[in-house]
Amino acid sequence: MELVKCNKLYKDYGFEKVLKDINITIPKGRIVGLLGSNGSGKTTLIKLINDLITPTKGEVLINGEKPGVNSKKIISYLPERTYLNRDMKVSEILEYFNDFYSDFDTNKAIKLLKKLNINTTDKLKTMSKGTKEKVQLVLVMSRKADLYILDEPIGGVDPAARDYILDTILTNFNKEASIIISTHLISDIERILDDVIFISNGEIVLYEEADKLRKKEKKSIDAIFREMFKC
Amino acid sequence: MKIEFDNFRPIYVQIVEQLKISIASGKYQSGEQLPVVRNLASDFKVNPNTVQRAFMELENEKLVYTDRTNGRYVTDDKKLIEKVKLELAKEKIDEFLTHMHNLGINNKEIIDYLKSK
Repeated sequence: MELVKCNKLYKDYGFEKVLKDINITIPKGRIVGLLGSNGSGKTTLIKLINDLITPTKGEVLINGEKPGVNSKKIISYLPERTYLNRDMKVSEILEYFNDFYSDFDTNKAIKLLKKLNINTTDKLKTMSKGTKEKVQLVLVMSRKADLYILDEPIGGVDPAARDYILDTILTNFNKEASIIISTHLISDIERILDDVIFISNGEIVLYEEADKLRKKEKKSIDAIFREMFKC
Repeated sequence: MKIEFDNFRPIYVQIVEQLKISIASGKYQSGEQLPVVRNLASDFKVNPNTVQRAFMELENEKLVYTDRTNGRYVTDDKKLIEKVKLELAKEKIDEFLTHMHNLGINNKEIIDYLKSK
């Protein structure tokens, strides 16, 4: 069964049609890049998959079911903005996640944080933007989920840390799971993607294997994207 | 083994090239077991599916074979490995010659230069 399936999915905010007739299927074991410029509808689609908003028309199915309690158990979601309490220490957040998610692996999280030289006794509010992002990514990747959804995971971190984050994503991803990564920083992440989805003005304009696209166009995904959406 | 990938060519093709070089140069010997997909993916810093795809290509070319229970091995066919090595060398030489000819250097001058090395 498909992990994620969107059928004739529409989302309006008032008169604004944010998503129009989205039909996509994401199988298990893939790393998928959801690529689009600002305001293209990436985050809205992600919120629909996460059951944070409801569709205007059409449906999202996760493992064949409408999003809800069951889908939240198997989706590990890194939102664009933090929702964690800034006054909490990292160690407290670890406990919180451990209480909340039965698939959370505290030891793994501690190991990853150590590698990034992040002190678990530090409070979130004392950290730089990039460090906070690293903490959140560690939390999300330390769950043993079926689907990881990462909304702009590398936006705030420096290029050296980006490589480390991509490594963290790759080494912590198992074959039975899939990852959806939304970003507009395409060149930094394109080498780890199996498939790419281009979204523009609320519509899917392309869904293809990354290497097939490179073979066909003899260009990088980044170059193809820039050409297609030239202003 | 960190390689810089070109984003404008399929990543799996570049992994195939890299593995062929490792086999031709004897880094991976004829009949030797190859590293598992996950380890190679982590060395190359790419998606395990991409390494899997590269292995499929090498299996199609008979350069690598899978033993169902024990993993992947380099072919026992030493002639085939030699052939691949020559192909790789030929590619590089052709590339070199093209560059030299573009510079207006003829074959005789190239040979003289190589002899002086």
